[in-house]
Amino acid sequence: MPESASPGIGSLARRALVGFGRFWWDFLIGDTPELFVGVVVVLVAVGLLTTSHSRNTAAVILLPAAVIVLLAGTLRRAARR
Amino acid sequence: MPAAGCPVAALPGPSRCQTVTVVATVHSSDLVLVAAVFLACAVEMVEALTIVVAVGFTAGWKSALQGTGVALLVLAALVAALGPALVHIPIDVLRVLIGGVLLVFGLQWLRKAVLRAAGLKAKHDEDAIFQEHISQLEAAGKNEQRVGFVMAFKGVFLEGLEVVIIVLTLGATSGKVGLAALAAAAALVVVGIVGALVARQLSGVPENAMKMGVGLMLVSFGTFWSGEGLHVSWPGSDLAIVALVAIYGAAAWVATTVLKRTRAQAAPAVEHA
Repeated sequence: MPESASPGIGSLARRALVGFGRFWWDFLIGDTPELFVGVVVVLVAVGLLTTSHSRNTAAVILLPAAVIVLLAGTLRRAARR
Repeated sequence: MPAAGCPVAALPGPSRCQTVTVVATVHSSDLVLVAAVFLACAVEMVEALTIVVAVGFTAGWKSALQGTGVALLVLAALVAALGPALVHIPIDVLRVLIGGVLLVFGLQWLRKAVLRAAGLKAKHDEDAIFQEHISQLEAAGKNEQRVGFVMAFKGVFLEGLEVVIIVLTLGATSGKVGLAALAAAAALVVVGIVGALVARQLSGVPENAMKMGVGLMLVSFGTFWSGEGLHVSWPGSDLAIVALVAIYGAAAWVATTVLKRTRAQAAPAVEHA
C-alpha cells in the first residue's frame, strides 16, 4: 500500500540520516570536544602563518608542538576526572 | 631515474618502464602508510571478529556469516560511492580536511592508549566483550538468529566503517588508495587466519600496543598532510613523517611515564585517606 510504504521509507531515511550524523559526531567529537576545537584552532593559526606571513619555519615548529600540547591537555583533563 | 633498459626520454602516459620505476621507488612514507593502515585495520577487525565469533558460537554460523556478508556489501557500496567523489575535491582542501580528521581521530586513539598504558583506563577486554554478546544472544531466546544477524552486521559495519575512513583518508591524501586497500586486505587475511586458528582467544592480541602505534602514525600523517595542505614545506619532505612518529612517540612515552608516576604517588595517599 503506498500510504503505509511512504512514511516507512521516510522514517527509515530519517533514521539513517540521524545515525550517520551521530556516527560523525561520536567519531570526531564524542567525549573529547577539546581535541576537535583544538585541532581547528591550530590549523587556522598555521594557515594564517603560512598564507599571510610566509613563516614556514614557525609553522613547522608550531604544528607538532601544538599537537603535543593538545595531547598533554586532553590527558590532564582525563586524569583529573 | 628510468629503470634499467628504459629510454631516458620516455613517452608521456603509463608504460612498463614507468611502472618498473614506480615499483622500484619505495618511499619511507609508503612503509609508514602500509604499517598504519595494516595495524589500524587489524585492530578494528579483531574487534569485529570478536562479535562475529560470539554470534557464530551462540546463534549459529549462518546468521554470523550472513550479517558479515551484508555488512561487507554495504561497505563496498560506500567505498564505490565515496572513493571517486574524493577525486573532485581540490587537493589542498582535501589534505587539510583529511589531515584534520586524522589528527582528531589519531589523538583520540593516542589518548586512550596512553591512559590504558598508565593504568588510568581499563584495557579493551575481548573476553568480556565476547561474554557480553553471548549473554545478549542467550537473552534473545527464540529471536536468537535474527538478533545474531543484526549483531554481526552492526559489529562488522561499524568497525568496517572506521577501516573505510582510514583507508580512504590515508590513501587519498597520499594518492595511494590502492596501496592502502592492499594493506587493509592483508590485515583482513591475517586477522581472519589468526581468528580461525585461535577462535576464542582474541584477548591474547596486544591491542593496546597496536592502538598506540596506530595513534602515533595517524597523528603523524594528520600533521604532515594538514601541513602540506596549508603550504607548509616540511624539511626532508616525506621523511618528516618518520621524524614526526619519533617525536610523538617520545611525547607519548613521557606522558605515560608521568601519568604512571602520578598514579603511583596518588595510590598511597588514597590508602591513607
